[in-house]
Amino acid sequence: MKHTISVYFQNNFNALSRIIGLFSGRGFEIDSVSFGEAKEKGMARMTIATHGDALIIEQINNQLNKLVDVVKVADLTNEPFVERELSLIKVKSTPETRSEITEVVNVFRAKIIDISPDTLTVEVTGKKAKVNAAIGMLRPFGLIEVARTGTVALKREFKGMT
Amino acid sequence: MSSATVETTKGPPAAVAGKKTGTKTETELLTGSQILLKALSDEKVDLVFGYPGGVVLGLYDDLFKASTPFRHVLVRHEQGGTHAADGYARATGKTGVVLVTSGPGATNTVTGIATAYMDSIPMVIFTGQVPAGLIGNDAFQEADIVGITRPITKHSYLVKKVEDLEQVVHEAFFIARTGRPGPVLVDLPKDMLCAKSKYKGKKQIAIKGYSCSQNGTVKRIAEAAELLSNAKRPLIYAGGGIVLGEASDELRALAVKTNIPVTTTLMGLGTFPESNAQALGMLGMHGTWYANMAISECDVLLAVGARFDDRVTGRLDGFSLKSKKIHIDIDPSCLNKNVNVEIPIQGDVKTILPDLTRMVRKPETEEWWQTIWQWRKEHPLRYAKSEKIISPQFVIEKVSEVTGGDAIVVTDVGQHQMWSAQYYKFNHPRSWLTSGGLGTMGYGFPAAMGAAMGRPERTVFCISGDGGFQMTTFELATAVEHKVPVKVVVLNNGYLGMVRQWQEMFYGQRYSSSHLASGNPDFVQLAQSYGAVGLRATTPDQVMPVLQQSMETSDKPVVMEFMVAEEENVFPMVPAGAALTEMVDTD
Repeated sequence: MKHTISVYFQNNFNALSRIIGLFSGRGFEIDSVSFGEAKEKGMARMTIATHGDALIIEQINNQLNKLVDVVKVADLTNEPFVERELSLIKVKSTPETRSEITEVVNVFRAKIIDISPDTLTVEVTGKKAKVNAAIGMLRPFGLIEVARTGTVALKREFKGMT
Repeated sequence: MSSATVETTKGPPAAVAGKKTGTKTETELLTGSQILLKALSDEKVDLVFGYPGGVVLGLYDDLFKASTPFRHVLVRHEQGGTHAADGYARATGKTGVVLVTSGPGATNTVTGIATAYMDSIPMVIFTGQVPAGLIGNDAFQEADIVGITRPITKHSYLVKKVEDLEQVVHEAFFIARTGRPGPVLVDLPKDMLCAKSKYKGKKQIAIKGYSCSQNGTVKRIAEAAELLSNAKRPLIYAGGGIVLGEASDELRALAVKTNIPVTTTLMGLGTFPESNAQALGMLGMHGTWYANMAISECDVLLAVGARFDDRVTGRLDGFSLKSKKIHIDIDPSCLNKNVNVEIPIQGDVKTILPDLTRMVRKPETEEWWQTIWQWRKEHPLRYAKSEKIISPQFVIEKVSEVTGGDAIVVTDVGQHQMWSAQYYKFNHPRSWLTSGGLGTMGYGFPAAMGAAMGRPERTVFCISGDGGFQMTTFELATAVEHKVPVKVVVLNNGYLGMVRQWQEMFYGQRYSSSHLASGNPDFVQLAQSYGAVGLRATTPDQVMPVLQQSMETSDKPVVMEFMVAEEENVFPMVPAGAALTEMVDTD
């Protein structure tokens, strides 16, 4: 099963390596990872998308918690959360295909952020599935390069009336 | 993980480094080296194992000049240094300290750090590093030791500001010894040792996100007590966590109140006295027949400070299938890792065991004990004695006899290690030092030396083989220099015995690269050339006199070479990949 794990940790050169090294050293899988500074000074947040059975996920949580630099580990999968991934897609375009590509871009509420005589660069944001779909739709035009951030996620605070 | 842990101690002892506390000291600027030495004193370090080199020469100069309250022991190889610090830590319960230079000095510590990590031994390793500005330039004697040791340390630091040094040292010791202990590495660039800063002399440990003291809920402990009270065939399976948690008395109290049989892991030997009738000895691959049958047949299994290692469980899908399991461990990642347990309890065994003992009632175990006694009668530990050739097991029995089970016994890894575990009658915790997790050959002798330096009042025996002893023999020089009276038993069978045993049993007796005899030294002369005592026994009747003679030496190491049966095997044995119930007994 897929899990999205948010790790809040002290931002130093060693911590990042320790977290990633834990996955490679213990044979855990990483589907995607993204990381950046958190709100507080000196702290960082990493979002790791991973998969495995319940025992493996429990191990991942426990092992992450054991790292001295890690302050909090949250497995977001079991509660409502919001997640997004951003992707930049450079695609071939000719004057003939340009409008067709623009249509695809509009459907995904994506943006064209760079243009050249032969290419368009598209920025698309959304859940992983949406980004996958957008890339799939643009593929027939000829993908030149794709850069993806991996999932970032936070817990959903307000769950509405129940 | 949200609770911060705070530990405070009062300012530095007035005697430290000969400085008086007062306004003058508070404002005085010290070099990084001086700060390090002061911080080590504040941590009450009394012994440092080290080896100098390029980038730490300034520090060694300060060691020479200052009247530090600790002793520095020059080892002959950095691996020996880490093993010695490890042995010191296991024997004393204190934190082992190692000091080495950059590059090769640092990389030589790796095996010792990994050994300590696998067995959760508190150790702080200080490595020199090239000046901060040169890091990454492939400078002379540069190695990314923080990177190299990342997977085998509990935590590590690279000091980049001299102002941080004091705090880093205190944090390193705190992390190494608290919670599930482990090695912590501190990398010290040369310029950090020269740069100056103030010494605050205040220890305030507050590491965000590091928590080491959660204790199991009363509800869980009550459930466990209820389960044990109603058990028909209960069993206690005690591991190295009892040693690390200093909880032998608490374990004994529980066992005595409930009359539940106790089996110990390799790491747990000594936590429950073998002289007690409730002791079933070691379990697992080379454990006793009755311990393995008991764990296979029990209906309630209480695991304390143990981690269901593969050498204990045998094939997992055949492990203790009839039991409900209770598991007490300080490390939450050990719970439900290899084996699913009904009642996992996270916390310190020293505080949980008394609670459990208070709540538990004595279960009805008459019938269970009958079964166990029957197993014991039918399948005791045994070996074939000989008039002419020395059986290795016989030597261990005699060591046990000559020391009354009161010595600290340190081993290498292999057949002699298993025979020691089987035939030495351990009665005290912190008296059995062995590389259980990593299985490090070459561990024995330097670790024994460290143990003897930490516990000079105890008799220390190193039991080794002709293979293992040759991996770190050179530390004889250190032991002779410091007059350390370690007694080394070399069970010389001319083979890498355990390798040969597996080759005999599973590889068609093809002894590939396991024969040592043709290159072996004369161990007696080898010992003598270092200035140690060398003795040899070639027949069974010489064994006891040689051991007794070794007990008379108190100012230098004694190396005793026992020419033992070449092709003796360790039994009983659970073959790799088999279930404990498929154990092969002695012929």
